[in-house]
Amino acid sequence: MADTAQPTAVALDDATVAFRVAGDRVYTAVERANLNVAHGEFVAIVGPTGCGKSTLLNVAAGLLKPAAGSVKIFGQPLAGLNRDAGYLFQADALFPWKTALDNVAIGLEIKGAPRQQALQRAQGWLTSVGLGAFANRYPHMLSGGQRKRVGLAQVLIRDPKILLMDEPFGPLDAQTRQIMGNLLLELWNADRKAVLFVTHDLEEAIALADRVVIMSAGPSARIIGDWRVTLPRPRDISEVRMEKQFHELHREIWSVLKDEVMKGYVQSTQAAEAS
Amino acid sequence: MSRLTLLSLQLLVAVVALAMWHVLTTVPLFGRILLPPFFFSNPIDVFSQVYKWFSSGVIWKHLIITLWESVLAFVIGSVGGVLVGFWFARKPLVAAVFDPYVKMINALPRVVLAPIFALWLGLGIWSKVALGVTLVFFIVFFNVYQGVKEVSNTVLDNGRMLGMNERQLTRHVYWPSALSWMFSSLHTAVGFAVVGAVVGEYLGSAAGLGYLIQQAEGVFDVAAVFAGMFVLSVFVILIDMGVTVVERRLLVWRPAAAEGRG
Repeated sequence: MADTAQPTAVALDDATVAFRVAGDRVYTAVERANLNVAHGEFVAIVGPTGCGKSTLLNVAAGLLKPAAGSVKIFGQPLAGLNRDAGYLFQADALFPWKTALDNVAIGLEIKGAPRQQALQRAQGWLTSVGLGAFANRYPHMLSGGQRKRVGLAQVLIRDPKILLMDEPFGPLDAQTRQIMGNLLLELWNADRKAVLFVTHDLEEAIALADRVVIMSAGPSARIIGDWRVTLPRPRDISEVRMEKQFHELHREIWSVLKDEVMKGYVQSTQAAEAS
Repeated sequence: MSRLTLLSLQLLVAVVALAMWHVLTTVPLFGRILLPPFFFSNPIDVFSQVYKWFSSGVIWKHLIITLWESVLAFVIGSVGGVLVGFWFARKPLVAAVFDPYVKMINALPRVVLAPIFALWLGLGIWSKVALGVTLVFFIVFFNVYQGVKEVSNTVLDNGRMLGMNERQLTRHVYWPSALSWMFSSLHTAVGFAVVGAVVGEYLGSAAGLGYLIQQAEGVFDVAAVFAGMFVLSVFVILIDMGVTVVERRLLVWRPAAAEGRG
């Protein structure tokens, strides 16, 4: 339905997300968020723990409905699930009873693709995420990083126009994160989708994204900053961190983020003491 | 410890136990026999009884009857448990309405149903199958219900975001999860199927291992009672080994640590 002539892949307009907690009390997670992600743009959202980054992503995915404001996907108001989006979850989301190959193929099979064809293309995707030899393994036989690769292939095989990623590399060790980051950039460079990438790691955000959006500490988290990252592409995650521009940007964004991280930390410790 | 040492130690336990049994029931110690043979028989009589059953072929008829009753009880109870468990889990309203009755029936010791089943279904195999079904059904039912309820929300959301509709979610997410829980209760369910069959036979029948034991008891043939128990336990162990083989094939996808539910 949409093409490149419609530039805004995801448009959140004054989106407010609230949950009902304990009777009539309402917890406002995100307040009046405005966010645009252009077609083919890589946007990272960074914020302190518990600030509602994931909530914002779930709104873009259609898994959550905003209490106020609007969500438009390629100019169309979003009703129900976002069918243009692929979602890479933070937690393990693979189907444990399916092999890596079947996990990747499922996205095509449920669209009605013939099984043989789906399996063939799934094998191709497993190869491009570096797991060609692991097709018949079940998720529990794979390492955390390998499971994320399968997850990436599972989402990308459907060729979504928008990629939503919720701290996808959060549980991985530092080296694996860098490798996964480079893999992601490589795949994204080949076919530029709009990406909304949530992370708590500012360095990761700058290294990957075209734009870094900062959220304040929750509750009632707001978007408080928006920086453009003009580092040249293609980038290498580990090398780009050495560049002067990277450091300047990091210092600039961190000066804003630091206060929010401290606020978030204080709130989370107080909440823990209160409960 | 090596396999060989372990095996010989295991054998040693059997040898010592049998030897003590034999000595205490046949050799007078301090002037008297400590275990009266009338109540405790002795290993030689017991095993010659087992040998007699197998050499004359009498036992096969009883074994096959008990096996057949167990299989029927298991299959009918499992199919029923899977269907009803799945239905309840997907329709919370139905589950809520039937909840007190399910709890009530499950709280009932199933043995008291045996006379009713004998009355309704006669003394043939079906009254035993019915008793087994009431045992198997609830094991499978609760496991399948749990299996559907415990599906991870992330996996469900992932299914939805991959474009699954409700029917596809049922087939690719709820169903495999429910079956995996059912398979993990296979050992318990199969065990209960055998219990249902044997207890049913014991309370009134014309054939089967339970009948054999009950008959021997009726004429104070303690050797035959022990022989029947021995054959029964070997029978259950063999079935259990079969279940383990099936389970390994069906649950390859599951990490070893998560096994043993139910």
